[in-house]
Amino acid sequence: MNTTLRADLRLIADWVRPGARVLDLGCGDGALLAWLQQHRQTRGYGVEIDVENVARCVEAGVSAIQGDLETGLSDFADGSFDLVILSQTIQAMHHTEEILLEMLRVGREAIVTFPNFGYWQNRWQIFRGRMPVSETIPYQWYDTPNIHWCMLGDFEALCAKNGIRLLERVVMDGERRVGFLPNLFGSLAFYRVGR
Amino acid sequence: MSNTEQSVGIVTAQSADFSTPLELACGVALSPYCLKYETYGELNAAKSNAVLICHALSGHHHVAGRYADDDKSAGWWDNMIGPGKPIDTRYFFVVGVNNLGGCHGSSGPASLNPATGQPWGSTFPLMTVPDWVCAQARLADRLGIDRWAAVIGGSLGGMQALQWSIDFPERVAHALVIASAPKLSAQNIAFNDVARQAILSDPEFHGGDFYAHGVVPRRGLRLARMLGHITYLSDDGMGEKFGRMLRSGEFKFGYDVEFEIESYLRYQGDKFSDMFDANTYLLMTKALDYFDPAKSYDDDLVAALRRSRSRYLVASFTSDWRFSPLRSRELVRALVAADRPVSYGEIESTHGHDAFLMLDPPYVRLMRSYLAGVAAEVRA
Repeated sequence: MNTTLRADLRLIADWVRPGARVLDLGCGDGALLAWLQQHRQTRGYGVEIDVENVARCVEAGVSAIQGDLETGLSDFADGSFDLVILSQTIQAMHHTEEILLEMLRVGREAIVTFPNFGYWQNRWQIFRGRMPVSETIPYQWYDTPNIHWCMLGDFEALCAKNGIRLLERVVMDGERRVGFLPNLFGSLAFYRVGR
Repeated sequence: MSNTEQSVGIVTAQSADFSTPLELACGVALSPYCLKYETYGELNAAKSNAVLICHALSGHHHVAGRYADDDKSAGWWDNMIGPGKPIDTRYFFVVGVNNLGGCHGSSGPASLNPATGQPWGSTFPLMTVPDWVCAQARLADRLGIDRWAAVIGGSLGGMQALQWSIDFPERVAHALVIASAPKLSAQNIAFNDVARQAILSDPEFHGGDFYAHGVVPRRGLRLARMLGHITYLSDDGMGEKFGRMLRSGEFKFGYDVEFEIESYLRYQGDKFSDMFDANTYLLMTKALDYFDPAKSYDDDLVAALRRSRSRYLVASFTSDWRFSPLRSRELVRALVAADRPVSYGEIESTHGHDAFLMLDPPYVRLMRSYLAGVAAEVRA
């Protein structure tokens, strides 16, 4: 098993307690769950809309269920997971608020990560008159899956509105943690939230 | 290593006779009885690489390969089983068995009742999926297989794979349940009953004892198969293949075959009625109707599945309306609630229920990926 994990997934993994029951929404090829199973002895499932990714998960030894997050998490019972993960996907969802509520219905805690629209490079591109295209936002405006952009404050306001507690926040710029003016200097935001 | 797909080659059917009575759900103790089976590949020294293939309504033990070089048709799942194929016989010892009540060599209504020397006919007991699983378990004992690396089946075969994992949790490492359901819906039972009525109302059925009269209730069986066949295809699939095509290009204003779909269905019905036993068809449809593993657990499927120690692959096909993806999702939901490892694929296909026998690339991909993992465990 490959023990190297993409930097952003590594940061998520650091927040996962050993033996936890984990649900990874939009799990892709299952790299995070495979790593967690091996190094944190977690159990659980990935959810993927693409059957090709389900097959790649299976190859990685990860249980994956084909499904569409936009229709909610009705396959999963209340409180049946210790942790539900949504990694760099919330900005591409139509039912943004619903998925957040669903995550905390089926899980005790949730981890949500997203590209920070307030990142200075994005602001600079907008200032120069163009929609931002960058490493974390690698799409042109006309073919982007990303429809619900937000900055740190926006996400925190949505949590506050729904009575969701912020348990932990890390903001990154590439491999580097950002402490100073995170909404300006951070390109990726990581939140651990709960009820 | 080459991944060229090959045939398992020339195969031979085998028989296993059992004299210990098999206590059936209907109350009858069946004895003696015979199971017809085939095997492909080699059982390894640890006897850990055995895979059981469970057949659906019209299937049997001849799953792969041919009986002779000039044999026109191969086993019914030959496209899935063989060296380099998803169920790879370079790694797996594959067992196909004809279920009790079948008409391909295992004890069934058309075979002779040893007590009377006459065909069983109407006196052959009705079978259930758990009965079949018990019989298959005895065959496994006979072959020295304590634990299947995988039990695999589509449709009614998937029901057997599921039942295996509940009834013999320690004997099934993986269950692959394809285009199946945790129980039939009222609509599904209704289709089965129309098929049965077609057979039962054929004057040549003779209450199931038509063998003595030297006749076969061909018309009933033909109708039953035609109806079944419609439900195994999708509207889109049928439309693509036949549309409103006319055989002669114009209306004839009569009741002979005019549309291509009529011709196709009649051909399928005729072919089937020549080779299948009417009593077996009745019995198989009843086994489908009765299947409900949750029933013995206060109708709680999750409680039934908590017994299981297996890992699962569940697959369904988008255009399958006889065993729709919703029914597979029901099973997946229960497996998740029972904390069983399960992967689920909902395959885009226009092939309807029959898709489980076809080679839609995402389906093959998923089967190949899953079974490669099973093979790796076996070889570890």
